[in-house]
Amino acid sequence: MDLAVFLVQCLNAVQYGLLLFLVASGLTLIFGILGVINLAHGSFYMIGAYLAYALAPWAAAHLGGGFFTALLIGLVLSVAFGYVLEWAFVSYLYHRDHLQQVLMTYGLILVFEELRSILAGDDVHGVPPPSWLAGSIPLGHVMTYPVYRLFMSGVCVVVALGLYAIIARTRLGMAIRAGASNREMVQALGVDIRFLYRIVFAAGVALAVLAGMIAAPVSSVYPGMGNQVLIVSFVVVVIGGIGSIRGALVASLLVGFVDTFGNVLIPQVAGVLVYVLMAAVLLWRPEGLFRAG
Amino acid sequence: MKFRRQTFAAVLAAGAFCMAAAGAHAQSKVKVGFMLPYTGTYAALGNAIENGFRLYVQEQGGKLGGREVEYFKVDDESEPSKAVDNMNKLVKRDNVDVVVGTVHSGVVMAMAKVAKDTNTLLVVPNAGAGAVTGPMCAPNIFRSSFSNWQPGYAMGKVAGEKGAKKVVTITWKYAAGDESVEGFREGLKSAGGDVVKELTLPFPNVEFQALLTEIAATKPDAVYAFFAGGGAVKFVKDYAAAGLNKTIPLYGPGFLTDGTLEAQGAAAQGMLTTLHYADGLDVPKDKAFRADYTKTYKSAPDVYAVQGYDAAQMLGAGLLAVKGDVSKRNDLIAAMEKAHIDSPRGAFTLSKAHNPVQDIYLRKVVGNENHVEGVAVKALADPARGCKM
Amino acid sequence: MKHRHRTDSAVAPLGLALVALAVFPFLGGQFYVDLVQTTMILSIFALSLELLVGTTGLVSFGHAAFFGIAAYATALLSPQADAPSLAWLLPAVLAATALAAAVIGAFSLRTRGVYFIMVTLAFAQMAYYVFHDTKLAGGSDGIYLYVKPVLAIGNFTLLDLASAHTFYYATLCALVAVYMLLALVKRSRFGHALAGIRANEQRMRAAGYSTYPYKLAAFVLAGTLAGVAGFLQAVKDGFVNPEMLAWHQSGAVLLMVILGGIGSLRGAVVGAFLFVLLKELFQSEALFGGFARHWQLPLGLTIIACVALMPNGVVAMPARLRRMRTPVPHAG
Repeated sequence: MDLAVFLVQCLNAVQYGLLLFLVASGLTLIFGILGVINLAHGSFYMIGAYLAYALAPWAAAHLGGGFFTALLIGLVLSVAFGYVLEWAFVSYLYHRDHLQQVLMTYGLILVFEELRSILAGDDVHGVPPPSWLAGSIPLGHVMTYPVYRLFMSGVCVVVALGLYAIIARTRLGMAIRAGASNREMVQALGVDIRFLYRIVFAAGVALAVLAGMIAAPVSSVYPGMGNQVLIVSFVVVVIGGIGSIRGALVASLLVGFVDTFGNVLIPQVAGVLVYVLMAAVLLWRPEGLFRAG
Repeated sequence: MKFRRQTFAAVLAAGAFCMAAAGAHAQSKVKVGFMLPYTGTYAALGNAIENGFRLYVQEQGGKLGGREVEYFKVDDESEPSKAVDNMNKLVKRDNVDVVVGTVHSGVVMAMAKVAKDTNTLLVVPNAGAGAVTGPMCAPNIFRSSFSNWQPGYAMGKVAGEKGAKKVVTITWKYAAGDESVEGFREGLKSAGGDVVKELTLPFPNVEFQALLTEIAATKPDAVYAFFAGGGAVKFVKDYAAAGLNKTIPLYGPGFLTDGTLEAQGAAAQGMLTTLHYADGLDVPKDKAFRADYTKTYKSAPDVYAVQGYDAAQMLGAGLLAVKGDVSKRNDLIAAMEKAHIDSPRGAFTLSKAHNPVQDIYLRKVVGNENHVEGVAVKALADPARGCKM
Repeated sequence: MKHRHRTDSAVAPLGLALVALAVFPFLGGQFYVDLVQTTMILSIFALSLELLVGTTGLVSFGHAAFFGIAAYATALLSPQADAPSLAWLLPAVLAATALAAAVIGAFSLRTRGVYFIMVTLAFAQMAYYVFHDTKLAGGSDGIYLYVKPVLAIGNFTLLDLASAHTFYYATLCALVAVYMLLALVKRSRFGHALAGIRANEQRMRAAGYSTYPYKLAAFVLAGTLAGVAGFLQAVKDGFVNPEMLAWHQSGAVLLMVILGGIGSLRGAVVGAFLFVLLKELFQSEALFGGFARHWQLPLGLTIIACVALMPNGVVAMPARLRRMRTPVPHAG
């Protein structure tokens, strides 16, 4: 592998890692602050992709906007959806043990997947990227790098910075940080914990939906697309340390690199590498790389 | 002693009852069991196969071999670990005369096992696992579709003839991919080329970017890819987005571009693939079939619908020979073996191992069609390695 | 008095269930007999997980690994042509599974809580990819088991699993044996230690118990018993596929345990039967017509309703209903 190829592979790894981060950050927030294992998180990613597929043509026809209008509508819808979902289902789970959370969110996966089948059918669909992002940049003689992928990474970086700013700098962020470690304390500070939870869950859903929407043009939309993302995201969250946004970022990039170079260098065992990584990290640090708190 | 006599009487009575039941059977309906994916990734394929099958039966006035047809359905969920139980639903609960299924290779392996053990007639309308008409072949197991080897071999031959000497293959690490690549390698070698690198990634991952970079670094004469469904769409789009399609032609079996062109859009234009079916075939039967299908189901047929349709034709040929009497199993099978199936894909016959001996077409993506370019290999038969029949 | 009453109420339904299972082959059709047998195998599988989840409080999301490893061991160890003897095959399979459980358990038990859930999932995924990606045992298409094992002394065949009838009763015996073994374990000193770990591991350690060996022993025992289920499944189907180890299999068996009710052996068995029953019900075209193909929707809704309305599972329902009808004056 010469240097140029190595650098391109690094770019691939970072780019994949950043997309994983977008899904995993929502999962780790919900996990860390609400204490809920949300198996349905992959479904939110799928819902995002199908929203992009359904909304982009509609937005173009009725609002004159394209991809970004659709993105905006999708985000608003997903926040509302997350808010309602928390109220209707998830809020019952705070006092239950992990097992029942697993059970209920597993039930939600089945429901979402079937609703998808009834509403959108079982075919594979493509979503065109916005025209001004459809070009690509030459890399060496043979290969080019699509601009849209760079755009995706850009969005992920912006989201990562935004999350950092919110959690480190704002009053809401302070409440979130405190809420993760000490619920009573937050209530003593005069923050309505129920409202806080609802906001965090809605934000987590919105992050996954956003990931699905911006990934749709490169991944296309198809049945069962959420499950695959779910397991990898869990691995990311566990490696990073539950509840830690910083951990999720580091772990996503780590998984991105291991997966990318594993597929190229040792394809025979590529399937298990990510899990070996996870097991190794947990044996070294049984609570993940960065403990929330 | 008394107990013995009673048992004997009971057996006699049961026997008499069975015979009476069998007699009544001749006038009753033929029971056809669909074991197909109705949920999950392959649901669209399952529906197309069932539609195709029903269309043929409908054309025959709802009858096969003079008997009306009654359908039973089981969702196989593309789940091999439940396949034996699901198959038993049709075989032991519904007592079907024939099972039609399925799409997933792992599931079909389990189905073949049950079919063999219970001597149930099985027609496979898609799954291309080599073993079904290889080591697991049996008189009561038929396939109306293809073996993974067939389109692969044909594509290898075409690639070699087009001057590809060094080819890189890429597929998920699973049996169907391995078999397809194996067929491709054989075809390519027979035409003077060779596979220089086999790339794989774990099923069902779709993060192809690293492997595309690897392809660009290897600079082969061509690439052969085996993916299906969502993976096929994403691979073809990623390949084009990486700019590789401009310098390195991408070949594949037809599944790479079948039923996925709307989603693949511009990325797939001009691609060459091989399959036993194509758009724009100059086959009168195909034109009639397409018109009927579109009229009945308000959607265009695909290769899966054709395979379902032909499964019904094969069964129809067998039932016709025995006038609907499924108890004459040997005659029924003999008739199916000898049948000339007037398929929309062009007429085909069956090999000794019960796999179609068929023309494999070379197709080119034009707009939303896999347009026929010519015949890649005429009357190609699967080598049926390991079949002792 | 009170104690005796409780035993009676537990024994009567168990006895009835046993009798029902024993006479079922004479009443049901061949398919339903097969289905009940599969469900009994799943019950054994669920029982083995119950030891971890219910008794010890260790939530494993990778229990299917042992089910699958045992099934693969059965297929790989069986000769192609003649029937293997049960006398060495079953012990060999269980030993292999126990070994796998010891290794995985030794590593996994270093973590706790949610991390334990995830690390068991990771190990199960590793095992899945080993069988799926390598040519070791037929890859993704799976491997066949051609001849079913027998138990014979000299020329006299004691037990031939190729006979469906014999195999059904062998499975029933296995279920009863596993159930009784676990009931004994729960009452033993070892079982009390496990219950103590579940209730409060810190306190157990403070009381001088080294909890790790207890947890590891429970993990290995649970894995081995899952191996019994895997062995029976492999022999019954004659076909083993990597999907037996997939994560949704681990999820399904967890569902059974929770549906039935955590903390009771009855719950695991009830949960397994209920799970299979619900699926059959919603998949039935006779009842739901064309909507049967969307069977996952009602199944999902039922699961959600169960969690919301029956947090302690089905087996806790009668007691709960009784409590609702007769107000308890004062718990003393």
